[in-house]
Amino acid sequence: MRTIPAPTDLTAESLADFLRALPGVDAVGLEARAADLGSRSIKTSSKAWAIDTIIRLIDLTTLEGADTPGKVRTLVAKALVPDAGDLSTPQVAAVCVYGDMVATAVEALGDMHGDPDQGKVSVAAVATAFPSGRASLAIKLADTHEAVLAGADEIDMVIDRGAFLSGDWWTVFQQIVAVKEACRRADGSHAHLKVILETGELVTYDNVRKASWLAMLAGADFIKTSTGKVAPAATLPVTLLMLEAVRDWYAATGQRIGVKPAGGIKTTKDAIKYLVVVAETVGEEWLVPHLFRFGASSLLNDVLLQRQKLASGHYSSADYVTLD
Amino acid sequence: MSRLAVPKTYKLFIGGKFPRSESGRVYEVNSVAGEFVANAAQGSRKDMRDAVVAARAAQPGWSSATAYNRGQVLYRIAEVLEGRKAQFVEEIMLVEGASAKEAETQVDTAIDTWIWYAGWADKYTQVAGQANPVSGPYFNLSVPEPTGVVGAIAPQTSGSLLGLVATIAPILVSGNTVVVVPREDAPLTAISFAEVMATSDVPGGVVNVISGSPAELAPWMASHADINALDLAGAGSLDWASLQIAAAETLMRTLAPVEGIPASSLNRITAFTEVKTVWHTKSLI
Amino acid sequence: MSFMDYAPAPESTGILNLNEHYGLFINGEFVAGRGENFTSISPATEAPIATFSTANVADVDVAVSAARAAYDSVWSKMSGADRGKYLFRIARLIQERSRELAVAETLDNGKPIKETRDVDIPLVAAWFFYYAGWADKLDFAGLGANPKSLGVAAQVIPWNFPLLMLAWKIAPALAAGNTVVLKPAETTPLTAMLFAEICQQADLPAGVVNIITGAGETGKSLVNHNDINKIAFTGSTAVGREIARAVAGSNTKLTLELGGKGANIVFDDAALDQAVEGIVSGIFFNQGHVCCAGSRLLVQENIHDEVMDRLKTRLSTLRLGDPLDKNTDIGAINSREQLDRITALSAQGEAEGGERWSPACEIPSKGFWFAPTVFTGVSPSNTIAREEIFGPVLSVMTFRTPAEAITKANNTPYGLSAGIWSEKGSRVLAVADKLRAGVIWANTFNKFDPASPFGGYKESGYGREGGLSGLTAYLEGGAA
Repeated sequence: MRTIPAPTDLTAESLADFLRALPGVDAVGLEARAADLGSRSIKTSSKAWAIDTIIRLIDLTTLEGADTPGKVRTLVAKALVPDAGDLSTPQVAAVCVYGDMVATAVEALGDMHGDPDQGKVSVAAVATAFPSGRASLAIKLADTHEAVLAGADEIDMVIDRGAFLSGDWWTVFQQIVAVKEACRRADGSHAHLKVILETGELVTYDNVRKASWLAMLAGADFIKTSTGKVAPAATLPVTLLMLEAVRDWYAATGQRIGVKPAGGIKTTKDAIKYLVVVAETVGEEWLVPHLFRFGASSLLNDVLLQRQKLASGHYSSADYVTLD
Repeated sequence: MSRLAVPKTYKLFIGGKFPRSESGRVYEVNSVAGEFVANAAQGSRKDMRDAVVAARAAQPGWSSATAYNRGQVLYRIAEVLEGRKAQFVEEIMLVEGASAKEAETQVDTAIDTWIWYAGWADKYTQVAGQANPVSGPYFNLSVPEPTGVVGAIAPQTSGSLLGLVATIAPILVSGNTVVVVPREDAPLTAISFAEVMATSDVPGGVVNVISGSPAELAPWMASHADINALDLAGAGSLDWASLQIAAAETLMRTLAPVEGIPASSLNRITAFTEVKTVWHTKSLI
Repeated sequence: MSFMDYAPAPESTGILNLNEHYGLFINGEFVAGRGENFTSISPATEAPIATFSTANVADVDVAVSAARAAYDSVWSKMSGADRGKYLFRIARLIQERSRELAVAETLDNGKPIKETRDVDIPLVAAWFFYYAGWADKLDFAGLGANPKSLGVAAQVIPWNFPLLMLAWKIAPALAAGNTVVLKPAETTPLTAMLFAEICQQADLPAGVVNIITGAGETGKSLVNHNDINKIAFTGSTAVGREIARAVAGSNTKLTLELGGKGANIVFDDAALDQAVEGIVSGIFFNQGHVCCAGSRLLVQENIHDEVMDRLKTRLSTLRLGDPLDKNTDIGAINSREQLDRITALSAQGEAEGGERWSPACEIPSKGFWFAPTVFTGVSPSNTIAREEIFGPVLSVMTFRTPAEAITKANNTPYGLSAGIWSEKGSRVLAVADKLRAGVIWANTFNKFDPASPFGGYKESGYGREGGLSGLTAYLEGGAA
């Protein structure tokens, strides 16, 4: 297994050498493997488990220019009680909002604000001039810091894709290191850092692999596919590729990094495919909120409809879930 | 006062050299009138073995020469043969009893046969190969490649030079090397032709000529595990079914006997090729 | 619970409507055979599926006569366009009945339903579609105008891809204008008989396709019949050799698709995750019952340990079990006989010093099963590096340079397939040039397509199936 350098030992040159030495990705083979895993047939008890797991792993998201405190409070209500008709329905992992909505979300969650692995709901904030990332480092750090001060548990930052594509990997790396530092709270703990690669703009799988490793080397707690504002957003092959990076990182360091596909996952059927890919690539132990998330807004309702179908035996309707 | 002629010693042609048979045997080659013309080397199974070693050693080089280069080498044979026409006409008249016109026609046709096949060297893959539109993101190409070392029995009752040429030329086009048994009762043109090859640009070992008895030599060829294919063009009067049975042991490819001179054809080139299909993934990302 | 122990997802066998007994399909009818009936069992459960007739010499003669009569009076006189339409009909019927055919194949053969559903049966339909289109375009096959068909083709196929091998044989033969007598393997006759029903549904003229069942003796009678013009055989090199001897001295054309010991070469610049997938599909696809399997893994020495680690991790996720379960990756070994052979060769591999490894997996109590097995530390001289095992057993060897990889890959009497894994295009093409094998998969493995010729060098046989070469193999003046 490859030796992993500590972030402080890296230079622009050694980082570039490391990334260039990563094995290539054959797109056809990667997509074939993803399609094969996507053809698993998940039935009965496995499906029931999968549906509840998906709900527990959702970052319920609203990232609109039109977001208001009211909209965010509605989102929080849905996060806490996804299906008022069936109170056995689990809560989602987190709500994901813009930085200026963090305080509203924290307030709305009240006692329920906390670690999803402890049965609470986190607040995640997108930061660093989301979604484009086109701003000075100072602004990105301020953006991050404000969100953390407002009570964000998780920061979803975007990488500088322009710098990445121009070959300036060192700038991308340094910015992640700096944002990670900005996630630090007064008590020394730090908000979890999710690094959005925006794979739809990196385009090639080789770039996605390099960016995944770059982010992990820089201290990412999570690597995330997309902002949801660029098509294609999350895809199964891209997620598989990022999971392979995480798997290899774990083999080399013993440290588990999370993965978050975001954007474009709308149906239970699709989400189950992701669970299969996770289970068969890194193992089921990754299917917990601090290691895997779905960044999604409309997915939850489809999962709830499927959950109702499984419980009742007949197909449900959109009238039986809340349209928030 | 007439000058005393210097008769030629006809030997074998193995690996670009002209050795005598390791067996020390020779046999008499006579004119149609029954007069002694020359002794020819009576090749043995061990000569055959040596020839296969030489052919195997020469095969990678010959097949990896560019097609353009192989074409030029084959064309060069025709050029050199043209320059030595008279000698072949004489040998054919003497041993085969052909008229001057018949002999000349045979040599001319042999030369033209080289020209025809030489031109195929850089074309047969285009005609016999295919780009395959498979259902998926794959580049997929089929190309014929030389099968390796070919054993051949040249026609035994037709023109000795033309029969030899029409047999070995298509074998060589794709990059095979060959061990050939020429017409038993008229081997002189074959050995003289070997001299043509030795003085043109044909690498040693690409063509090996073992004069002697096809009945004796062919079974050793057919059962030789390092021969990939067998051209039985001139084996019609032999028990060629038995030869094919022996060849089956290693799944050696065999081409059945023909009447007379094998007609020039693309099929005789592709008969000694293997179709190789290469798949490769292709993707923009 | 463990999510990865996915709840059972068995494909229902309710879609099947099988007979208790199948006769011989001769001249458009099912007729009784004069030999003794035999039973085909499901290798996953050892439960009987149906009984089948055995064709004796007299039955073979009747079948060949039917094919000859159909050739003379109907098929050779029919326009190419009409022959093509029959083949298109067959292709469509196969698509319509694809689920049923997949279930029947899995039941009879033991291979996973996900393979019959996603690979075998779709390819069967594709094969008929591809060759259907050739039937009225024979003038473009490169053999001049109006190339002639050969006559009656005798076709004998193996048990590893029963219906697919049938398609490889029948589709090009019929497109070119020949009629056929085909014998499926005695352990997997079921889908061939369902195909016979499809021929009836397609109103294919009687005698154009004849399917006779039985064991080796039936096959022998068929290929030795004196009124056939073409033999196409897929199976062992030993039987192929016998057939080559049997046709010696005759004009019967012969296509042989025989054994292999394919090398899968992994260079240190390979896309490793995909290479590992390729190693897995190369040897564990269809339980390794694949003549072109990548049964010899040649891995560059400097990445040997890393590749083995990744491979073993990956193999630990393979799911062995009920072939009808849609999540099964590794099904049953086709027969007791084959299981015994795999077991014996694996024991030999161990005795000769190979280091044997299999992932932990539960072996069902009934049926024929063999866990995926990897041998490391194998030397080229070891039995398991030379002999075709035809099972889920991988022999791993190392190399240091591209030249050494090529030498080792070619160092076998076989020459059917090879794989190359490298991100360096120039090297891939150069290595592909030097490998003595009929099918080279670069950065992929075990891919098949009707447009793509398939067949071997050396003792892997001769002639090609698939593509234009596969068509001309059934025409006068064509290959083989």
